[in-house]
Amino acid sequence: MRPKLTLLSDEIIARILAEAYELLLRPGIKIQNEEARDLLRREGVAINPETHVAQIPASLVQRALESVPREFFLYDLHGNPAVQYGGDAVHFDPGSSGITMLNPETLEHETTETEHLIRLLKVAEQIPQYDAQSTAVICHDVPKEIQDSYRLYLALLYSKKPIVTGAFTNQTVREMIEMLALFAGSPEAAREKPRAIFDVCPAPPLIWSNFGAGNLIQLARSGIPAEIVSVPLAGAASPVTMLGTVTQHTAECLAGITIHQLAQPGSPIVWGGAAAIFDMKKGATPMGAIETAMLDCSYAQVAKTLGMPTHTYLGATDSKLVDAQAGLESGITAMVGALSGINMISGSGMLDFLACHSAEKLVIDAEGIAMAKRMIGGVKQHTDTLATGFYDDKINFKGGDFLKQKITMQLFREEQHLPSDVIDRNSTRQWKASGSLDAFGRAKLRVKELLASYRRPELDSDQMARLHSYMLDLAKKAGVEELPRLDDGK
Amino acid sequence: MSDELEKLYKDMAQSIIDGDSDVSVELAKKSIELNIPPLDAITKGFVVGVNYIGDQFGAGEAFLPELVMAGEAMKAAVAVLEPELLKLGSARETMGRVVLATVEGDIHEIGKTLVGTMLSASGFEVTDMGVDQPAEKIIGKALEIDAQLIGLSALLTTTMVRQRELIEEMDKENLRPRIKVMVGGAPITRDWATKINADGTSEDAVGAVQLAKRLVGKA
Repeated sequence: MRPKLTLLSDEIIARILAEAYELLLRPGIKIQNEEARDLLRREGVAINPETHVAQIPASLVQRALESVPREFFLYDLHGNPAVQYGGDAVHFDPGSSGITMLNPETLEHETTETEHLIRLLKVAEQIPQYDAQSTAVICHDVPKEIQDSYRLYLALLYSKKPIVTGAFTNQTVREMIEMLALFAGSPEAAREKPRAIFDVCPAPPLIWSNFGAGNLIQLARSGIPAEIVSVPLAGAASPVTMLGTVTQHTAECLAGITIHQLAQPGSPIVWGGAAAIFDMKKGATPMGAIETAMLDCSYAQVAKTLGMPTHTYLGATDSKLVDAQAGLESGITAMVGALSGINMISGSGMLDFLACHSAEKLVIDAEGIAMAKRMIGGVKQHTDTLATGFYDDKINFKGGDFLKQKITMQLFREEQHLPSDVIDRNSTRQWKASGSLDAFGRAKLRVKELLASYRRPELDSDQMARLHSYMLDLAKKAGVEELPRLDDGK
Repeated sequence: MSDELEKLYKDMAQSIIDGDSDVSVELAKKSIELNIPPLDAITKGFVVGVNYIGDQFGAGEAFLPELVMAGEAMKAAVAVLEPELLKLGSARETMGRVVLATVEGDIHEIGKTLVGTMLSASGFEVTDMGVDQPAEKIIGKALEIDAQLIGLSALLTTTMVRQRELIEEMDKENLRPRIKVMVGGAPITRDWATKINADGTSEDAVGAVQLAKRLVGKA
């Protein structure tokens, strides 16, 4: 039996949906993108010409919900399906768009550049707990106009895994879609086996911004998957109650799906978010708070009622260091996400309200993810009898009896997750002999090992040339003649 | 060495690595039918597997069930070959005779049993007395079977002092250095072993085999 966490009754979910439909009419949704307004107007939606607030009727939303795919996949470099969106599949990827990275020696939060992103890509690439990469940090050493595309470019160069990415302008999302098509060989190939998915954010409360809605439309038309990242902040940018916040989140998602499906029915889109509570003491948005995880579990339940694929932001911490707070917030929230059956859980590796990334945290978080995945693996029945079959004539009532059974050797790997050396189960003596390190110290060693063992994927030389010349063109248009030097990645 | 023979030795090693007693016993019988010297079957075949899995365990690549199963498969194969060795009058030269026990007042034995399995897999004759054994009984057994080595286990800080008592008792009767004493168990440190004048201690079962070999002069 697979364990599942549910926080809402069917009755409450029905009320959330009913009130979300009401919100779509009153106060309505503010649509700041002209093309999106045109799409809605064509369907007879009333839009206030001054405030751009649209009253979206339930019938139109329901039509969108009928055309939206319930399941789709992201593919790796070799065209294998590697991430399943839909059902209760659970995947994890590192958090996205950090602006700083923890220096493990000085403990400074350094402004991120090319080398930081590459380091994160190399580490996440070799950790099996991460089914996808993300465009994890912004590279401040390239011009702002190309920062989105450049992150995707590096991920394509340094990884074989699917990529969770995003764009902060309509211009860059277009360039990135072009880049994916060039890399895949054609727009059709990029659509048929999508390598990447794009996070697209509405603005709370109840706003689809110009760039958000514009990105939805472009992604829908290209057939590249979109992932709605609705970010209500309970008590500030959404109602203080969890149910109120989940209802607003529902309305924002429904409006987004409607615009997206009007642009291209049948295009893939995910019900996701980075909901959080608003901290009333510090005015912060704690990603490690238990209520944040509860909001995510709740909205995922709403999504599942509609049969939608799901995403969330969990497994992160607000701590500034890879310390005990980081461990407990990241571990507990990753567990909640997995038990909620959320298809893509982003956020691992991140500190400081999703601002700061850490390669060391990525390797520690991988252990929490492994625990969460083991948990949802559940308690299984492997043998015909539960116990009696284990007690044969060789049992001599000694503690080591079961170590001598063939079945122990056959099944222990299925029953027990075998952690990496980041988790300490040494005797005190062994622990002292290996340097008396804490988890952060052990993680630093593991990162060094992973950086040393990394090999860059072998790309087709034409593919590589196309990708590089496209990126260089973008850079030249942005006024720089050269891209930062990349290490050879061996 | 013929290809066929080489393959047989390889299969023998593999049966130990797989921890498969059925296969190791079958191969032991086959080697008898083929008139392969039993000592060769052990040293060129089965022992290679034991050493491999021991190394893998030391490197963190193999786990306790694999180590124990390998030991069991080794014991089973040797049990088939031993009568042949006796028949030939060339009884396998054992590495030595060891008495293992957990001290009086202590009932923990998984670690000790592991050491026993690994020692017998490595060619020692092991007499495992079990748990809660008073010093005089352990010493008596060692004298009875003419053991070269006593392995003494204690898991509790409250019972580890019994290790010292046994050593003092042996020294009183001048039984050392004829019989060496190695101590082990979760709370046992090298400092403790030195302090109580034991002949050595090891962190784990693989290390215990190395230590035992050294103590009997066969390292």
